Amino acid sequence: MGALTLQGVTKTFGTTKVIQGVDLEVRDGEFCVFVGPSGCGKSTLLRMIAGLEDVSSGDVRIDGTRVNDVAPAKREIAMVFQSYALYPHLTVRDNMGLALKQAGKSKAEIRDATDRAAGMLALEPLMERRPAELSGGQRQRVAIGRAIVRVPKLFLFDEPLSNLDAALRVATRIEIARLHRDLGATMVYVTHDQVEAMTLADRIVVLRAGKVEQVGAPMELYNDPANTFVAGFIGSPQMNFLKAGALGLSSDTLGIRPEHLAISTEAGEIEASVTHLEKLGGETLVYARSEHGLQTVRLFGEHSYAVDAPVWLTPDRSRAFHFDAAGQRLR
Amino acid sequence: MAARSPLGRTIAAHAVLIAYTLIALFPVFVIVVNSFKSRRAIFAEPLALPNAETFDLVGYTTVLAQGDFFQYFQNSLIVTVVSLAGVLLFGAMAAFALSEYRFRGNTLMGLYLALGIMIPIRLGTVAILQMMVAGGLVNTLTALILVYTAQGLPLAVFILSEFMRQVSDDLKNAGRIDGLSEYRIFFTLVLPLVRPAMATVAVFTMIPIWNDLWFPLILAPAEETKTITLGSQVFIGQFVTNWNAVLSALSLAIIPVMVLYLIFSRQLIRGITAGAVK
Ligand SMILES: Nc1ncnc2c1ncn2[C@@H]1O[C@H](COP(=O)(O)OP(=O)(O)O)[C@@H](O)[C@H]1O
Ligand SMILES: [Mg+2]
Repeated sequence: MGALTLQGVTKTFGTTKVIQGVDLEVRDGEFCVFVGPSGCGKSTLLRMIAGLEDVSSGDVRIDGTRVNDVAPAKREIAMVFQSYALYPHLTVRDNMGLALKQAGKSKAEIRDATDRAAGMLALEPLMERRPAELSGGQRQRVAIGRAIVRVPKLFLFDEPLSNLDAALRVATRIEIARLHRDLGATMVYVTHDQVEAMTLADRIVVLRAGKVEQVGAPMELYNDPANTFVAGFIGSPQMNFLKAGALGLSSDTLGIRPEHLAISTEAGEIEASVTHLEKLGGETLVYARSEHGLQTVRLFGEHSYAVDAPVWLTPDRSRAFHFDAAGQRLR
Repeated sequence: MAARSPLGRTIAAHAVLIAYTLIALFPVFVIVVNSFKSRRAIFAEPLALPNAETFDLVGYTTVLAQGDFFQYFQNSLIVTVVSLAGVLLFGAMAAFALSEYRFRGNTLMGLYLALGIMIPIRLGTVAILQMMVAGGLVNTLTALILVYTAQGLPLAVFILSEFMRQVSDDLKNAGRIDGLSEYRIFFTLVLPLVRPAMATVAVFTMIPIWNDLWFPLILAPAEETKTITLGSQVFIGQFVTNWNAVLSALSLAIIPVMVLYLIFSRQLIRGITAGAVK
């Protein structure tokens, strides 16, 4: 039995259907990431799981119990928000303990629980401070601590790292992954960043315009995308899409990852000209324009190409993906 | 213009502000100064400060001797403070409902509540009087409190709902997940964050109530329910006006609003400049 089950869940705001029927099973202890472009309905779906938004139709089950009409506080969930959402008038300790206090737990129990969470996140020195006296990274750790204290059946994260700078984002990401291992809890995590999704998830749910495009482990999505949307969304830099007809193929679109596109100044399949070069040290990204549009080539190590120089690109056919005119994968 | 130094700009800005302050405070200054002068001196030299010769407390002694004056003061304070509390509490609650919950007719309800800003409540005086007569509330402070609460609500709802829309949804949602009731969310999370807006509303609500002459005259002219503004009118006669007493009464009447204003002012300034300084 899944820790979280969605059955035909939809959401309509006024006349617009924002979530168009989502079926999903999240297994006990799984780290499940919802990923998709901004505005595709990830937060709305998460808020429906939390009970902060009514479900227009369909069922939400947590641990097998239908919770459509259960108040958020009674669902045994905890949520971490992008904007931290700490209570400004309470100390860190009281922020973390509020849910237990509301649930009628004794002072000693609350103290034990908050101390334990503080220990896991190294928050001990901050316990008597107020949120205004904390940095962004500290605030987010407190917000995560507040979630841990409740020992919920389900953790919900809504883009928790988006307000942090790059270095903190990596550090906090690792911390969340460690917490997942230590607690063995079921987590549902929303992000628009495919790197976060790839690095954290046991399973990724790719959403577009309120619909699930594909569900699978990160490497399944990377190596076996169901359509051009997933193929383009997962993986960085983005997959190249070539017009298959011009290459003498029967499919509509040929998808090829930047590392599987060979570049040469002498000979090859596609004529192109270099428009831009990005040297990252360990790898070099070459952007080249051809009749197929702008393509990215990823080379390992340092390479040099003059801008506007003519080059030849050759896709590695054995690593290519074929798609039909509707963008669906041809296998 | 662009070459103007910051110092020059600061001086210019201060000059304008000081000039405005002088103009605004001048009538108050004249009232307070003259309340301490003898009748003859008031007319002889209205702008002069009181000196040993012209100093006279007759206005104050008249006012204070008029036994009911403290009663008037008390009436005004009760009416203002209770109406203000009503306006702030109900206005904030209505604003929270309008900004937080999606329900049928939400927009319409908001418009209906805001309509009161444009339609002066005095147009309804006759109907209000009939209602108060029917309810047996004529010559009670309750009548005034009810009218003033109604009068203050539209602006309060309008301003507060705008501010409440800006309070983070995440914060309210965090409260819901932690099991806070909607009332707790309203009182402990939302209200403290819109405190500057509350202070702004409080000041804009309080001053017209304190200064009103119309409704006390019509709804509660009895001796025991007179407000200070109405009470001061006894010194203004058709033929003779006791200027000493009028000026003293007005000077005294400034004190309570001033105290209330000082309570709200720090928050008020934040409320008015909220848009600019963010
Ligand atoms: N309260 C609301 N009323 C109307 N439309 C909304 C509301 N909340 C979200 N939406 C719409 O639903 C869509 C999905 O929003 P959201 O779930 O926040 O997207 P995401 O989190 O994936 O960026 C957006 O197009 C948004 O405009
Ligand atoms: Mg979102």
